[in-house]
Amino acid sequence: MLHFYIPDLKLILPEIIITVTALLILMVGSFKKNTYPSFLRRLSHYAIIGFILALGVLVFQHHPGEKWVTFEGQIIQDDYIYFAKILVLSASAGVLAISVPSMLKDQILSFEYPALILLATVGMLLMIGANDFLSLFVGLEMQSLSLYILAALNRDQVASSEAALKYFILGALATTFYLYGVSLGYGFSGTTSFESLVALIRVESVEVLPISLFIALVFIVASFSFKVSAVPFHMWTPDVYQGCPLAITAYIAAAPKVAAMIIFLRLMVIPFMLLYGEWQSIIVFVSLASMILGAFAALRQTDLKRLLAYSTIGQMGYVLMGVAAGNDEGVQSVFVYLTIYLVMIIGTFGCLLCLRGKAFSGVQKIEDLSGISILHPKIAFILAIFMFSLAGIPPLAGFFAKFYVFKAAISAGLFSLAIVGVLTSVVATYYYIKIVKVMYFDDIPMTPSISYGEAIILSPEKIVILNLCAIFILFFFAFPNPVLELAQQAALALPN
Amino acid sequence: MDVLPLLSITIFLPLLGAIAISSSWGSLNDAQANNARWVALWTSLVTLGMSLILLWYYKPATSDFQFEDKFHWMPVLNVSYHVGLDGISLPFVLLSTLLIPICIVASWSSIKKRVPEYMIAFLVLETMLLGMFSALDFILFYFFFEGVLIPMFLIIGIWGGDNRMYAAYKFFLYTLLGSVLMLLAIIYIYFEVGGSDIPLALTTPFDPKVQIWLWLAFFASFAVKIPMWPFHTWLPDAHVEAPTAGSVILAGILLKMGGYGFIRLSIPMFPEASSTFTPLMFTLSVIAIIYTSLVALAQKDMKKLIAYSSVAHMGFVTLGIFSVDPQGLQGAVMQMVSHGLISAALFLCVGVVYDRIHSREIADYGGLVHRMPRYAVVFMVFILASVGLPGTSGFVGEFLVLLGTYKVNTWASTLASLGMVLGAAYALWLYRRVIFGIMINPKLKTVLDLNWREAVVFTPLVAGTLILGIYPMPLLTMMEASVANVIDQFHIVLDPEDGLIDQAKSLQMALHLKRN
Repeated sequence: MLHFYIPDLKLILPEIIITVTALLILMVGSFKKNTYPSFLRRLSHYAIIGFILALGVLVFQHHPGEKWVTFEGQIIQDDYIYFAKILVLSASAGVLAISVPSMLKDQILSFEYPALILLATVGMLLMIGANDFLSLFVGLEMQSLSLYILAALNRDQVASSEAALKYFILGALATTFYLYGVSLGYGFSGTTSFESLVALIRVESVEVLPISLFIALVFIVASFSFKVSAVPFHMWTPDVYQGCPLAITAYIAAAPKVAAMIIFLRLMVIPFMLLYGEWQSIIVFVSLASMILGAFAALRQTDLKRLLAYSTIGQMGYVLMGVAAGNDEGVQSVFVYLTIYLVMIIGTFGCLLCLRGKAFSGVQKIEDLSGISILHPKIAFILAIFMFSLAGIPPLAGFFAKFYVFKAAISAGLFSLAIVGVLTSVVATYYYIKIVKVMYFDDIPMTPSISYGEAIILSPEKIVILNLCAIFILFFFAFPNPVLELAQQAALALPN
Repeated sequence: MDVLPLLSITIFLPLLGAIAISSSWGSLNDAQANNARWVALWTSLVTLGMSLILLWYYKPATSDFQFEDKFHWMPVLNVSYHVGLDGISLPFVLLSTLLIPICIVASWSSIKKRVPEYMIAFLVLETMLLGMFSALDFILFYFFFEGVLIPMFLIIGIWGGDNRMYAAYKFFLYTLLGSVLMLLAIIYIYFEVGGSDIPLALTTPFDPKVQIWLWLAFFASFAVKIPMWPFHTWLPDAHVEAPTAGSVILAGILLKMGGYGFIRLSIPMFPEASSTFTPLMFTLSVIAIIYTSLVALAQKDMKKLIAYSSVAHMGFVTLGIFSVDPQGLQGAVMQMVSHGLISAALFLCVGVVYDRIHSREIADYGGLVHRMPRYAVVFMVFILASVGLPGTSGFVGEFLVLLGTYKVNTWASTLASLGMVLGAAYALWLYRRVIFGIMINPKLKTVLDLNWREAVVFTPLVAGTLILGIYPMPLLTMMEASVANVIDQFHIVLDPEDGLIDQAKSLQMALHLKRN
């Protein structure tokens, strides 16, 4: 019963561009059988060009307020999805740009790297644009499988393989949760489409709905809590962050989190909107637990990547506060928070990727950063900005992100959530400013260049991205409106 | 003056200077450092000039906000960039613009490492302070209020003493903990009022039950900032470890943010809650005055002693504010300005000898009068001003506060005046131990008197202390209309039969003062 129209393909042009680029890179890579760093670098440049092209097509094709559904109602686009796609595409391009030289330094010379990032991005775009539980599943699996391979890319290292295996097994478990939930939902409704489901729930009153639907809801919430590494499904995060090569960690922390969070919110506010009271209490709990654990568990970490993992858990707790609000304000806050989070996280990892710690193996411990404010004042300055911003201190962008989520929580009457949120943010500030302390306040060893990161890997791409991120964070207060307006439009696109 | 946004220029001028310094940042040589010093000094002097122009054009007869600038900052949120000055904020703006150049000159030769960063931190701090005192939008207010933390954290942490990490952390986390609760209250008000405009919120009545919570949230922030007993423990640590100029800014301006917040926001916005909590505030203030004075008596470290004396002096401020009486409130503002000058000068005095001997222990000093007569005179002026000797600004502030409080609560006023006696005890004893006596420490034998740069630093402070002490009228006239306005807003809501002074009488008193 499939009948393709040409206009359908035109609408998914960004996805097509990225897929073609990925295939192109795979073809060139496997036929040339060339493992010189310069060759891999060129492939990465192709990938970045692909991203920019896709981004351009996306922006030029989209008209504000427009909405279309295609592929038999499987794929949808509106202002909400448009903003989300911009985020995912820029995040992928940004991470690729900052990571290439360090991948080469880490001797990860596989041409699959840019191709896998492209394929993961296609998965995310599909996931975000899904209008049906099955197309969502396809996208989810596509990005997850690409990420598992990316995590295992450094085959010679035990830690990396171990991390990849953990990620894969737990990820597969989460996916089964999702599938189980969807099947239960199908058993209730006989449909996998978002719109049909919401229509069915609307017909019945909430009291007479079968229990299976609530179980389905819980399973789906659990699986996405896993994807966004929210407590109590966070266990994989510190291990995977620590085990993976730094560049891959950066990618896992950036784009997939955003994509998963956005579709999580979309699921809650579109198909399950009428079960608001049911899912809200679950998400309030998950958000509370994530904020508390993210704040307190990170205090004792000495490993930088584990610290950032707990920091991500905490940050996701704040975003979930916006999800829990579930209203217009909540949607806006999720978008604003995620946008700023992406810039901060790409910037932070970008700085870390520039530095080499002891034995030139990349910074691992927090102490590895001591003295870089003298050796590399600019990198230290930029990293300090990102740390203060992650802590949410004005005048940096992170403050506006926090402000938005607290505003959402209060608008929905979730006062206790907001109070716990601000208190944990103070606790979390401790470890963010600890990094600033290590960089700026600690005395430097007598011969810093021997024991501490002397080498610095910079490339033009990296400099551009780092400067862009820093400028965004520093001067967000002066020009906040483009992001805020996009977020507002995204919120308006949802049926309420 | 309507053509140029004078106030906004004043606020953002220091930031411009900071950008100018950072644009040529990177090479670490002496010329670079000197450049940064001069750019910072000139920027802050021009800012001082701008604030004097504001003073020139300021009309004291009205309680309206003047030099208002308003444009949409985040239209999506209905948040605007709205700044303006009235008689309560202008003194603090002037105080800030006066103290920053003094700080820059004072750290001219004592700061040797990372000079450009140091100057950038001070200029950014100045922008934040000026913005905070003139903000008329809640989000903007909070933005500047908390934005002070980053530069101050770096100033304490990078250029501070041996135990600077602990002090910097404590300062940062303690004050942040207070302010985040205020953020929630601000967001709540934002939804209640339908916008974040402060003048709009000031005229919006809030439900008395909610007021209690909102008041407490603001209290958490301001009480830590001022600081009130028992939230003061961050202050001695921060003062002791901060570099001299950092202590000057901390005592001179940062502490005033709390008092300013109480006057600007807590009293007029939450009159019911404020009057409910007045006994609590009086109790805490009196405890602060007496307890910290006693603690100050026991200190061996000069900076710590002055830090504790600051807490005691700020106790007078909160006493005056919550008397909600024309004299009490004017006295509170007066006391804050005068404390800004005096404590800044006292920390500079400690800095002068610290630069020479590298010790803050009182026991290491003695007999300084023999080697440093000019220093002894300057130090004496400020010690006596701190004691509250008539003829110095310290007297005017404390006297007005006691007068205002006496009308409302005799006990509080009596106990507070007991604190003044204790204040005289620790201050004069400190002076005796440092300046008089026999010179025991051999290091002191070769110590030099004030050099010209230090003399330049002290001159405006001595002048300010004496002028405000002998003829305080200009400052009192400047603020009386605005103070009367705050009191009106407070009393208009509360029942005039409440046992407090009624509105007509308070206006009459304000007018009477003006005729003088």
